[in-house]
Amino acid sequence: MSETGIGATVLRREDRRFISGRGNYVDDVNRPGQVYAHFVRSPHAHADVKSIDTTAAAAADGVVAVLTGADVAADGLGGLPVGWGITSQDGSPMIEPPWPIIAQDRVRYVGEAVAVVIAATRNQAKDAAELVAVDYNPLPAIISTQDSIKDGVPQVWDDAKHNICFDWGFGDADATNDAFAKASHVTTVDLVNQRLIPNAIEPRSSVADFDSSTGEMTLWCTSQGPHAVRLLLGAFVLQQPEHKFRVVSPDVGGGFGSKIYPYAEYATCCWAARRLGVPVKWTAERSESFLTDAHGRDHITKAELALDGDGRFLGLRVSTIANMGAYLSAFAPLIPTYLYATLFAGQYTTPAIFAEVKAVFTNTTPVDAYRGAGRPEATFMLERLIDAAAKEVGVDPVDIRRRNFIAPEAFPYQTPVALLYDSGNYGAALDKALELSDYAGFEARRKASEAAGKLRGIGISTPIEATGAAPSAIAGQLGARAGLYESAEIRFNATGNVTVFSGSHSHGQGHATSFAQVVSDKLGVPYENIEIVEGDTGRVQMGMGTFGSRSLSVGGSAIVKASEKIIEKGKKIAAHLLEASVDDIEFSGGNFAVKGTDKSVNIAEVAFTAYVPHNYPHFTGDPEADKNALEPGLDEQAFFDPLNFNFPYGAYVCEVEVDPDTGVTEVARFTAIDDVGNVINPMIVHGQIQGGVVQGIGQALLENGVYDQGSGQLLSGSYMDYTMPRADNVPNIDSDLTITPCPMNPLGVKGCGEMGTIGSPPAVINAIIDALSGYGVRHLDMPATPQRVWSAIREARPAA
Amino acid sequence: MTSTVSLTVNGKAVSAEVEPRTLLVQLLREILGLTGTHVGCDTSQCGACVVHVNGTSLKSCTMLAVQAEGADVTTIEGLADGDTLHPMQQAFHENHGLQCGFCTPGMIMSAIDLAKRNPDPSEKEIREWLEGNLCRCTGYHNIVKSIKAGAQAMNA
Repeated sequence: MSETGIGATVLRREDRRFISGRGNYVDDVNRPGQVYAHFVRSPHAHADVKSIDTTAAAAADGVVAVLTGADVAADGLGGLPVGWGITSQDGSPMIEPPWPIIAQDRVRYVGEAVAVVIAATRNQAKDAAELVAVDYNPLPAIISTQDSIKDGVPQVWDDAKHNICFDWGFGDADATNDAFAKASHVTTVDLVNQRLIPNAIEPRSSVADFDSSTGEMTLWCTSQGPHAVRLLLGAFVLQQPEHKFRVVSPDVGGGFGSKIYPYAEYATCCWAARRLGVPVKWTAERSESFLTDAHGRDHITKAELALDGDGRFLGLRVSTIANMGAYLSAFAPLIPTYLYATLFAGQYTTPAIFAEVKAVFTNTTPVDAYRGAGRPEATFMLERLIDAAAKEVGVDPVDIRRRNFIAPEAFPYQTPVALLYDSGNYGAALDKALELSDYAGFEARRKASEAAGKLRGIGISTPIEATGAAPSAIAGQLGARAGLYESAEIRFNATGNVTVFSGSHSHGQGHATSFAQVVSDKLGVPYENIEIVEGDTGRVQMGMGTFGSRSLSVGGSAIVKASEKIIEKGKKIAAHLLEASVDDIEFSGGNFAVKGTDKSVNIAEVAFTAYVPHNYPHFTGDPEADKNALEPGLDEQAFFDPLNFNFPYGAYVCEVEVDPDTGVTEVARFTAIDDVGNVINPMIVHGQIQGGVVQGIGQALLENGVYDQGSGQLLSGSYMDYTMPRADNVPNIDSDLTITPCPMNPLGVKGCGEMGTIGSPPAVINAIIDALSGYGVRHLDMPATPQRVWSAIREARPAA
Repeated sequence: MTSTVSLTVNGKAVSAEVEPRTLLVQLLREILGLTGTHVGCDTSQCGACVVHVNGTSLKSCTMLAVQAEGADVTTIEGLADGDTLHPMQQAFHENHGLQCGFCTPGMIMSAIDLAKRNPDPSEKEIREWLEGNLCRCTGYHNIVKSIKAGAQAMNA
């Protein structure tokens, strides 16, 4: 292994600009003559907009324009599109309501834009927004996920009866019912997977600049995939032709899913820039981010597990209500369906599974993918259910998992919920987790805690997920309205250095480093001579972007394919230079050599020859002689459409210490073993896992998107109320890996970005319930705040 | 109505016309073009905007620009000595103390103040000191490691 190739811990090259204050985030982008947008947002969760008087605002200092939903309609702009369609069990399509970029006639959640003020400065726009007079007729609102389908509650959309967007079924209902009929034990849990608010620390932002002389629009925006923004906003909303629309996502300060979507504010900036002839900039304030960034999770679930007398799983039946919010965000229908129920087999051999998911509309902010997206919900359900079952049938939580693991020799393994697992050794990961966490020594630590008046508990989860979306044909059959490949271009420059263009997007993942390691390894070019370019539709050929832990397995594989094309062409050029047959040329370590000789030429020299083709196999016009002829240049593009998803898995052990007097829970130790296949840069992989685990601990202990049930006001709408994990809330995370290469892509890699948020919440909750088991506590909802833990103890404790 | 504020930023004397409500962070970012200092919230909770004012770490969203009259302000752009990084910057690089980089300037500025007060902070002390700085990417594990290493390098 070279010091900069695949598998090496290479310090990140992108760090220099970030630690020096020279990053280039969207709010750092300024265009000459730019003006600023500020949105007027609904204070009501549900209301008719009777009238909007913009007169005073339009006359205020510095104001350029005040635009409303009526202007959007008059200009014929389209609504925000949905990228995935789901069909209900009765065969009917999902309800897909219109979503204009500024509300027209009715608002359906607090924070929905009703007007935008454009002014010379941020403060002028904000001041004038106060002068926009909106006359609302407030309507009753439905907020609760649980209550949304009840009779007589307010309806968000007339054509969505009982607020149901779709009622989806998946799996084999008959086989599952049969399994329950012959079970010797059935365990049932009722779970809430609470609403989360993603909260990348960089607020969303956009700057749009329209050149009326060429008809070209340039949009800088905080996006995880600028090509998708270009396609969706251009074609569906703005009617801005794709070839005259450049979208740039420069440095982006975290995404976690929330920056995938083509947001209304980005479209509004473009539309206003085109209409007004000046660049328009908008940056969210954090309060706006809380109200308008797509939220995550928000499920209510009943899950039942059928077991035989030996603790083996016979069947799983799950019924979930998933909150979509007031409108359907771009990938919202996908999250509680094919990214959720397809994971219900977990690491286990459960033969019969059936899931029903009702997606519902409520008067809340739209919900979409947030780090893990469906898989954390699936994993929390399954790993909690298994622990509850273990307790009920009197089997150790480790043993019950081992009894039901898919055996290493059973791969490829077809689950009853569509996925074909390609590889795995689940017992090995669990062994390693138990060893690294000193599981055997827990009892002594428990006693030590007890002596100090604390309750100590240990919890396990053995998560699996599906990453690397997606085989486009399969995705299309399941409702995807887009392809899900990734593209790469490798361009040798004449002087031998290399520019790589990738359709992935890095917003913390370190692509500039790890992708360069891949190219250096594959092409034998010095690492420092390779540059990675992402995030600009004006420079990068095509792309789907970064989400679902897909960048390395899909985007990286496209890079490998492009490098293979480079080698193939390079062999022909080398054969000409070395006066040998192409079949006799071997490529290794950056050199093309004639087999069995010491004749060789370096790839940099081949590149130079390709661009200065004096001695070159040129076309002559003679078809026979031209069989080996080549075009100049060494620049190859590849698209990679994966054969299958890939299936990272792991084993997580959490140890908590609970103060029974206060309910305060401290994560004392956390061990995460992950198998993400081959590893390009271990430092980056561990960083992803540690960060993900802490986000998952945040869900388990701290974070909760809470609305007032009557008014629909977001109560957890700031960092004072929405408690993100801080440094003193969490411990160091002990992370380690087992390596089972994925057979489905040329790098043998799987995704690593979401494992932590998927695997950690059930481990934490299982640990707390273990700690409280002496009181007979069997259930706790997330987040397990001190109040909830204390109440659980009080309610379970026998009266004194 | 504007007034003139004069101060030293990264060793250079500057003056600017500001509104009474202009925040120090707005002066730095929008008027002086020092975009390394970031804004991540509107309630002084996230710490992305931490700079040094007269040698002490401070959230530049909690101070009005006019209050910085005569002050000596250092931002993330003022830390390195030419091409030589400040030891705390170097430590964040070497310990993978950043991912997306957005919280990083505030983290580094805050960490330097800690290291000046406490040359060899424990993990617990570092974690407690950082309670005013949010990071959503790293889980803090490598930030804590970076600060420990950076403090040692600063005080070596």
